Order: sequence, then structure tokens, then C-alpha cells
Amino acid sequence: MKKIFLLFICSAILLSLAGCGSSSSGENGEVIVYNWGEYLDPEAIRLFEEETGIKVIYDEFETNEIMYPKVEAGATEYDVICPSDYMIQKMLENDLLAELDFNNIPNAKANIGVPYWEQSKEFDPENKYSVPYCWGTVGILYNKTMVDGTIDSWSVLWDEKYKDNILMQDSVRDAFMVGLKLNGFSMNSTDAGELETAKNSLIQQKPLVQAYVVDQVRDKMIGNEAAIGVIYSGEAIYTQRENPDLEYVIPKEGTNIWIDSWVIPKNAPNKENGEKFIDFMCRPEIALINFEYITYSTPNDAARELIEDDDIRNSSIAFPDLSQYQNLETFQYLGEEADRLYNDLWKEIKSE
Amino acid sequence: MKNSRLKLLSSPYIVWAVIFIIVPLGMVFYYGLTDKTGAFTLENVMAVMSEEHAKALWISLGLSLLSTAVCFFLAYPLAMILAHMNVNQHSFIVLIFILPMWMNFLLRTLAWQTLLEKTGAINNLLSFFHLPPLNIINTPYAIVLGMVYNFLPFMVLPIYNALVKIDPNVVNAAKDLGANPIQTFFKITLPLSIPGIISGITMVFIPALTTFVISKLLGGSKILLIGNVIEEEFTQAGNWHLGSGLSIVLMIFILINMAASAIFDKDGEGGLL
Repeated sequence: MKKIFLLFICSAILLSLAGCGSSSSGENGEVIVYNWGEYLDPEAIRLFEEETGIKVIYDEFETNEIMYPKVEAGATEYDVICPSDYMIQKMLENDLLAELDFNNIPNAKANIGVPYWEQSKEFDPENKYSVPYCWGTVGILYNKTMVDGTIDSWSVLWDEKYKDNILMQDSVRDAFMVGLKLNGFSMNSTDAGELETAKNSLIQQKPLVQAYVVDQVRDKMIGNEAAIGVIYSGEAIYTQRENPDLEYVIPKEGTNIWIDSWVIPKNAPNKENGEKFIDFMCRPEIALINFEYITYSTPNDAARELIEDDDIRNSSIAFPDLSQYQNLETFQYLGEEADRLYNDLWKEIKSE
Repeated sequence: MKNSRLKLLSSPYIVWAVIFIIVPLGMVFYYGLTDKTGAFTLENVMAVMSEEHAKALWISLGLSLLSTAVCFFLAYPLAMILAHMNVNQHSFIVLIFILPMWMNFLLRTLAWQTLLEKTGAINNLLSFFHLPPLNIINTPYAIVLGMVYNFLPFMVLPIYNALVKIDPNVVNAAKDLGANPIQTFFKITLPLSIPGIISGITMVFIPALTTFVISKLLGGSKILLIGNVIEEEFTQAGNWHLGSGLSIVLMIFILINMAASAIFDKDGEGGLL
């Protein structure tokens, strides 16, 4: 009796564990994709599965920092990941990425514009490990009916007039980017004095800030909840569609120009399928439906040509003429010690 | 024979407890008491003394004590009213009370955010009646409101349970012997309901002390609670050692609270439901 019972329990546990592990894979295997939340049109995945017979297992992350430890620990083996510039650099430095075979990704070099490959060299010097997927700037989104005067500088975020009407980014590097640029420093600064100045500026700003948020800037600005917010350019087009009073501007002190790129980690179980997936995403018509869905600027020149709406194709938000702006920079990975310094200073700001 | 079968029956729970309680707890202690090289250190635990961490801990303690007190003063009269109703009525009201708990905690808190916002439902209603707007979103008041709203049922139910268990004859005896209602309450009802009160305090205070979602959503991330510090160490800063070290400090407070409730509630009478 006792043994039967024990057997029953053991088999029940085993069965439930096995149930989690075995999911049916497609006829041509599978590809495990790890991407930002709301960063890919589900239709594109469906088309890929239909055409190739490869099943896509799709997983999402909220920040680079959340993604990194999961990949580093190898807790889950992903085939394709979409980190940002500085995080790709960090992953490269820690030898986590596999070199891509561009023979399997012909659409990448054919369709993606040269400037984006050039810019990628800041974190992937030989363009061997990453394929640009989305890019953009960080700027100020403001409500035309709630501000007066021209908005063209980060200093507006320190204007007493807008007390309780300002939304700041709730992430270390983005917040410090604003503080550093305001004071005319590089956003990749590791100089203790410069960071201290930026910290003091951000502390001084805190009483004026309504809330520190990440994705919620979008909804709050649409809902007229605040007058000014710091936002990623890709979200700006979406917010304008929903609320025509909103306007986006790249501040004159310069800002962050970022790229999110597809990479394949070293431990990827299905590297070839991963390359097929990246290639598929680089097709002009796929990149187009993706752009229309997520509204983040695409580096895919061929896809941009296909955009029917002139206003969007020539939008200064989605495709700004970067030569007009000064002090544009891309985030770099600054090493562990600098990371800790940033985090400590950020904590001082938040606990103020 | 009977005993061993009972043990066998409990084995799924033991497996559950080991995998989801003992092992994670062990990992928290491992990370909390080691540094990056794996050497033993108390640095992560002592880090709570640093200015920012100590401040976050004090604010957390302050806000959660305040919420617990507010919960208590709201819950006790309600529990008394419930306990004096007849069976049909009170099960209906208890149901109404538990009903919101069927919805996800996160959704309920997000709903409060939309209600309290400057252009939210409450302020629209107030301005419709030409009343001054309510500006508590992104302040500590909104955090306390969120805590009270979310954790109030955990205070009502144990107190209610303790109150219905009181033998009405004891109360009647007090009345017979000439005690007025106030005396009866303070000498009979209140002391007999202490196990429920203690259990309620524990169940409100601990989640309030450790929350990080409420301060993020209703406090606009402007007020750093100790829960937020720990969360950011894990998700943003990637310093699991410090995050675990601070978690150990929190556990000490939780243990103190639980020890206190064990002293008052020897028979486990105040358990929920």
C-alpha cells in the first residue's frame, strides 16, 4: 500500500515535470527568441513559422539589465536576442556572443543602411556579431497646450513652471544621460566629479518631477497627465497618433542615439534557425509591417522606401537628419566599477 | 502505522516546501553572506547602516506601521458589526469583502493609479461638483492608501474569526455583573480577540513592509522603500549579494513580528478563516 502510494506520487511529480519540458516543435525545429516587450509584430512571427516550418518560442524582457544575468547564467538557452548597443559590448567583452555567418543572412547587408553599420562599430567594431534591428533617439515629449515658449533644451526639465508636470525616466543610465548632457558632459562619463555634478542636478530636479516611470510615459502623456516627459523616439510617433497635441524634440545639448540589434549567443542550440530568423526580419516587407506595428525607426532602407505615407517616411522623429544635431552619442559599457558608481549615485537621488 | 501514513500524505508538501521555500531561503543566505569571490562577509548585511538604505528602511517601517494602524482602526468596528449579524447576512458581507481579492493585486493597484491621477476619475468627479482636486498621487499618502486598500481584508478576517469564537455567555455574564458596554468591551471582548488582532497585524505589516509595487505605481518611484532597494539590486544593478544581504535584514524584522505573534497566539486561534 505504502509503496504504491509513493510510486503514485513520484510518477505524478515526474509527469508534471515532463509536461513542462516537452512542447511540440515545428517540422523544421525551433528558434528561441528573446526580445523587448511589444517589440515585434506577432504577424511577422506567424509568417516566419508558416514559411519556414520553424516554430518560434518567444520570450520578452523589460530592460537590458534584466536580460543579461539570464543569458550569462545560461538559465535558458536562447537562439536570438535583441539587446541595446552598450549591452552588446558588455556581452562581447564577456565572450557571450557567437560570430554570425552573414552568408545565411543575405538580407542584412543588402537592406540595412551603411550609416547604421558604421554606428554599430562603436560596440561591434568589425560588424561581425550584430544586425541592427531598431534605432532612435531619446528626447523630450511635450504637450503643446501645456507649455509656453520653445522647448529645445534639457533645461526645461528644471523649470519651476512645470513643477509636478515632468516625467523622468526611471532607469540609471537614461536619467544620468539627461543630467550629464545638461551640464555639457559626455553621457559615457566615468569621471567622479562630472557624475557628482550630474547627481546634484538630478537631486535638484526631484521636487519638480511628478513621477519616475519607464513605459508609462507613453500612457501618461497621452492622457494629458503631464506636460513634459523624457521618452524614446519610437514611442513618440505612437503617442502623436493618439494625442495630436504632443510634440517630440531632440534637445540642443545632444542626446543618446541608440541601436538595438539582433545577436546570437554562444550557447544557442539552433544557431542556423536563428540566422534564418534574423534574415527574415531583415526582409523589406517584414521590416515594414514591423515598423508600422511598433513605430520604432527601422534601419532597413529598403523598408523605408516602401512606407506609403510621405509624412511618416520623411518624419523628423522617425528618421531625423542627424547631421543637424550636436553631441549625439551612443551608450558604451563602462565596466563593473563605473556601473556600481552610477547605481550608488542613483540610489542617493532616489532616497533624497 | 497510522502515523507513517500521515507522514506519507504530507510528502508532497514537504517536497513543495523544500523546493520553493528551503532552497530559495538557503540561496538568499548564501548570496547575502558572501561577496563576489564567494568568501564569507557580513558587508552586505551591514550595508543597511548606510544612509540611503537606513532611510529606505525607516520610511518602510513608518509607512507600514501607519498602514497597519489605519487597517486596525477600520477593521475592528467592521469585524464587530459582522460578528453580530446573523449567518446569512454576514456570509454575504464577507463575500463582498473577499470579492476584490479574486482580482489580481497588480491590477487593483494600477486601478488606483488611474483613479487618483490628476486627470483621473476621482478628480473629474470632484471638479464636476466644483470641489478642490485631490492631489495625493505620487506622495506617501497614496502609498498608505494602496497598502490599506490591498491589505485590509487580511486584518478584518482574523479579527472577525476571533470575535465569533467568543462565547456570548461570557459577554452576558459581564453584563449581569453590572459592567456597562464600554467596560464589557475593554475587559472582555478586546482581550479575547487579541489572537485575531495579532494575526491581523502580522498579515498586514509584513506585506506592507516588503512591498515594492505599491510605491512604484502609486508613489511614482519617488519614494524609495527598502523593497524597492532590494528589487533594484536584483533587476537593475545586478548585485545579488547586496540584495540578498538586505533581504536578510528584512527577515529579522519579520521574525521579530512572528515571534511576537507566537507569544500572543499560542493556540493558533487567530488563523485566517
